[in-house]
Amino acid sequence: MIIIVDYGMGNLGSVFNMFKKIGAQSKISSDLGEISKAQKLLLPGVGAFDTAMSKINEKGLLPVLNQKALHEKIPVLGICLGMQLLTNSSKEGKLKGLGWIAASAKKIQSQTDQKLRVPHMGWNIATISNPSPITKDLPVPSKFYFVHSYSVHVENQNHSMLKTNYGGEFDSGIQNDNIFGVQFHPEKSHKYGMKIFENFWKL
Amino acid sequence: MLVTRVIPCLLLKDGGLVKTVKFKNPSYIGDPINTVRIFNELEVDELIFLDITSSINKSPIRFDILSEIANECFMPLTYGGGITNMDDVKKIFTIGIEKVVINSFAYEDPDFISRIADMSGNQSVIASIDVKKNFFGKYELFSHSATKKQSKNLVDWAIELEKKGAGEIFITSIDKEGTWSGYDIQLIKQIADAVSIPVIANGGAGNIQHLVQAKKEGNASALSVGSMVVYQKKDFGVLVNFPETEELHKALDI
Repeated sequence: MIIIVDYGMGNLGSVFNMFKKIGAQSKISSDLGEISKAQKLLLPGVGAFDTAMSKINEKGLLPVLNQKALHEKIPVLGICLGMQLLTNSSKEGKLKGLGWIAASAKKIQSQTDQKLRVPHMGWNIATISNPSPITKDLPVPSKFYFVHSYSVHVENQNHSMLKTNYGGEFDSGIQNDNIFGVQFHPEKSHKYGMKIFENFWKL
Repeated sequence: MLVTRVIPCLLLKDGGLVKTVKFKNPSYIGDPINTVRIFNELEVDELIFLDITSSINKSPIRFDILSEIANECFMPLTYGGGITNMDDVKKIFTIGIEKVVINSFAYEDPDFISRIADMSGNQSVIASIDVKKNFFGKYELFSHSATKKQSKNLVDWAIELEKKGAGEIFITSIDKEGTWSGYDIQLIKQIADAVSIPVIANGGAGNIQHLVQAKKEGNASALSVGSMVVYQKKDFGVLVNFPETEELHKALDI
């Protein structure tokens, strides 16, 4: 059973819908008991970094999340803001992230003279930087739907799984062992996103 | 490289899909679910659904149809029409549709935009503006499917909507809608240059060249299409279609 962690941020309906479509069992929950029994965790999230971290703290989810991810080492997938939470910090907020992957998020800025609209909203290409079980058999090129104003940069290139370019290159997919994160919305990215969910389900 | 979004905008009326011309004379296109299945197969970038009668008739939102759509389509989905309270918004988001379009009700309560943005982020709320040129060539704003004139100034209103927290502006030329004659470039450019959020151009697209114009001359971030993706060609029968990705990419992104 995949538990879609409901800490009060983001639209979980479409994540649930896609798992249902691929025949994976999933449940939206914020119950500590259910989370502690999960075989896989999906950490969604839309919104601000600090709001998300405070909600995780308020709901008392931190110990169980750490237990599952770091000690039991079950597969964890963070999407969008959920990926940014896996890192140490974000320039968007002051609170510490989960710190499971050595990386941080900073505001998207144009590195050229070209006017860049932020948020980065729309379809973009993600290219594999390091092979990973959850990007297995992805069509090339693969396009995904992005909506974000901050982008993640890993400290150790081995933790980069996918790269995307928007006003400069950033890590659109990250991995540290059993912990995975993608900046885009797989649940909104047609067959490309579905492949990632299938791979995650099969882990 | 950002792939420019080309978004079919589908109009709902009494549970069926229709297409209008200048917001009038709705012609029946087909069953919404069958149509979105085709767009899903065609892997379109995104879909926008607008119920064109719910604001006027105050008829309930068709959550049943929206739910079926969200179970079939794994792409960004947007709904607008008759949304006036947070319960509706929450229900739409829970179904799996992640953006709402607010037009008529924003004139009554501009803070409604802020409340949605505060709850679910700016990216979850699109403010829509319907515009018609008057006899003197001046832009005037309309709500309730072009039946109610509003007194706001176009550019000021767009800026206010951005300040209230809208994540995108959906700008429609009522005069151009359904005419296949190209977007109102001047209108789109005025808005796109005044706000820093993405602007979705709507009304008048008849071919790929029109899309290119709206992007390159109008500075639109995304392009909404109606007639050209539901009809074979102008004055021809219904044919749900979408331009080849390669062709769009070459025209718009390079």
